[in-house]
Amino acid sequence: MRLRIEARAVVPGWLLWLTPVVSLVCTLIAAALLFIALGKPPGATLQAIFLTPLLSMQGLSELALKASPLLLIATGLAAGFRAGVWNIGAEGQLIMGAIAGGGVALATYGSESAWVLPAMVLAGLAGGMAWAAVPALLRTRFGVNEILVSLMLTYVAGLFLSWLVLGPWKDPEGMNFPQSRMFEDSALLPTLVEGTRLNIGILIALAVAGVASFVLRRTVTGLQIRTVGEAPAAARYAGFSESGTVWATLLASGGLAGLAGVFEVAGPIGQLIPKLTPGYGFTAIVVAFLGRLQPVGIVLAAAVVALSYIGGDNAQVELGLPSAAVGLVQALLLFFLLASDVVLRFRVRVLA
Amino acid sequence: MPPRIELRGISKRFGEVVANADVDLTVEPGEIHALLGENGAGKSTLVKMMVGLLRPDAGTIAWDGRVVAIDGPHAARALGIGMVHQHFSLFERLTVLENVALGLDGAHASAALATRIRDVSAAYRLPLDPDRPVYSLSVGERQLIEIVRCLLQSPRLLIMDEPTSVLTPQEAELLFAVVRRVAAAGCAVLYISHKLQEIRALCSRATVLRAGRVVGARDPAHETPASLAQMMIGAAPEVPRRSAGRAGGVRLETAGLELPAASLHGTALRAVSLKVRAGEIVGIAGVAGNGQSELFAALSGERLAVWPGAVRIDGRAVGALGPAARRAMGLCTVPEERNGHAAAPGFSLMENTLLTGRTRLGLARFGVLRLDAAGAFARRVIAAFGVRSAGEDAPAGSLSGGNLQKFVVGREVLQRPDVLVVAQPTWGVDAGAAAVIHAALFDLAAAGAAVLVISQDLDELRLISDRLLVIAGGVLTEAGPTDAVSTETIGLMMAGIREMALATAD
Repeated sequence: MRLRIEARAVVPGWLLWLTPVVSLVCTLIAAALLFIALGKPPGATLQAIFLTPLLSMQGLSELALKASPLLLIATGLAAGFRAGVWNIGAEGQLIMGAIAGGGVALATYGSESAWVLPAMVLAGLAGGMAWAAVPALLRTRFGVNEILVSLMLTYVAGLFLSWLVLGPWKDPEGMNFPQSRMFEDSALLPTLVEGTRLNIGILIALAVAGVASFVLRRTVTGLQIRTVGEAPAAARYAGFSESGTVWATLLASGGLAGLAGVFEVAGPIGQLIPKLTPGYGFTAIVVAFLGRLQPVGIVLAAAVVALSYIGGDNAQVELGLPSAAVGLVQALLLFFLLASDVVLRFRVRVLA
Repeated sequence: MPPRIELRGISKRFGEVVANADVDLTVEPGEIHALLGENGAGKSTLVKMMVGLLRPDAGTIAWDGRVVAIDGPHAARALGIGMVHQHFSLFERLTVLENVALGLDGAHASAALATRIRDVSAAYRLPLDPDRPVYSLSVGERQLIEIVRCLLQSPRLLIMDEPTSVLTPQEAELLFAVVRRVAAAGCAVLYISHKLQEIRALCSRATVLRAGRVVGARDPAHETPASLAQMMIGAAPEVPRRSAGRAGGVRLETAGLELPAASLHGTALRAVSLKVRAGEIVGIAGVAGNGQSELFAALSGERLAVWPGAVRIDGRAVGALGPAARRAMGLCTVPEERNGHAAAPGFSLMENTLLTGRTRLGLARFGVLRLDAAGAFARRVIAAFGVRSAGEDAPAGSLSGGNLQKFVVGREVLQRPDVLVVAQPTWGVDAGAAAVIHAALFDLAAAGAAVLVISQDLDELRLISDRLLVIAGGVLTEAGPTDAVSTETIGLMMAGIREMALATAD
């Protein structure tokens, strides 16, 4: 018996949606084996990660809180990925957005004005966009690879933030801790559910996903993005500008990452600190692919990945699971998703 | 002597589609046997079974009188079956020798191999120097590399898939001489071509396939191109007639158009000036790679001219405008490469109409796509041009080359352009579809459009154009009215030998 792998002419629609489910199941199995190897009870650990957070209002609100930045960032990244524009530096754009928005909050410190928050949001968008404009300019002008530039700028942004909170923006009454003042109430997002940390960021993120879905499927801009990614020569022939697409997708993904950054500092964190994000900008890449680069899929994927964050914290506290094991579970998820893509694009034939 | 290869009752199906049904085919040693058929008639499937890429569902293949199982390309090569492909893939920067070595199992570029190439070239009188880099060779010479690669393996059956599709008439003649010598040496040749004239000149027998079945085996010398075409499509082909209209004002014009080469091995355009009038069909002949793709890009707007006035549509300077703006001014274009250039393979046919139709047909309003209108337009194209597909939601990449070509040409023609620039309008489509496409071009011209056809198929250009131009080395030369210029002259001009061409014309 011989096996042959051949490309599928047409990928069936049901398979497109089945593979994420299968990869999720495979992740659960592999994670269970991992927990056994770590000497943790697999059933209880899986339950702590994947089930417990869903059973309380507190857990659900935290899940939505974690899912919002992932959803915002992944939606923007997916548009770029569809066009073959690889923005890997959303983490840095998030940080710059947080710095810009946080800067507004600190500059207007003491103001009760209702304009503080909108100004912060706009500044956050602008900060993320400005950071993404660097790889856009270098790619369209000089053909520099945007993967490297956007990735490396992440570390620049992180160090810039550290310098700010250790130096000029350090809280004067903060006992020399490397952090800014706590923001005033006028610089904080309104909470959605009383008694939880959930704020209106999740609503905006869901709205953004809805708009993105419409733009990608039903507008000329969306057609342009998809054509540039699918067939660059056909895009030129159709009259779609490649550099325009690079700019548009980088600015959109950078802006949304910046927005996520503002929502973090104006939401659960409430100030600027050196470690603003547990790697949302990178995890969002996983989320984007897990969601098949489709906004609707990304909503689900963001929820699943947020669950693994919350549940991972849970398992650390309750069962003493090392934090690296949680990262490993997330990596397994991406691994299985990519592996199942092989099944999607190819089929295995048994030759007699 | 038993036949070199004898196919008996070969059948092959893919799901519901019957590709070959009960096919018999016999090729004798020393014979040049033609395999004829429309797109989708089952020629490729049959050949794939002979070279071991597919296995028949039923039937037997006998080799020199002995039934064999060809269960892989290695088995086919071991028997002595060689194939010259329609599209040859060569490494431009490497030499002939290195390219040949790369294509042979377990060979490397050695002095011994160079000697063998020289020996084979001498034996068949092929003008091929093993040490020349491929980029310095003409398309005809590149074709010879593929043939030499096959001949080195001392084939006993040589399968040639449309070998002349990119050659000048003179290069084709040279190739025919080589094929005849190969056959004279005792090798069986299976020759696949759409060009009925050359089959009549070259082949002693022809097997005609239609819808996967053999509909006849004939001596092509005793047939006319029309009778062969009739066997292929099952009905007398309709040859569209053209009433000679009167050319009107100039609609498309270039003046001193210069454009650097698109790639390292491309060809720069040098002072290209042309005029196409309303109601006129003008053909540009030339061997591939002589600046056609640069000219197409300069006309379509995919590459901008150095100064705006270098390209004019109805007198308006458009050289600085991109494709969408030129479309709005009445220009539609059909590029040569269908998959990935004229159409995005992963998109549905409906979405593919939006690529070029969104401006002229109003398929987008305020930046929002009108998917219903696009679907309706896609259905119109499918119906008008007989595109065989699963409907407007079928991905473009799922269509066969000929059907996608029909769709792409139809998409542009049905936008009723004022100026149509089309490269290789009937490349890979069958006789019936070619007639539909030609008739559509005639209608457009009759309605007052200017039509420019860039093609390597001189027969087609002679059939449809009023006037011929030749492009060679990025230089465009007027050859004259189609009726007044001989194929030999065109062929020499295509080879870039202008002086000789002019001398012959005198």
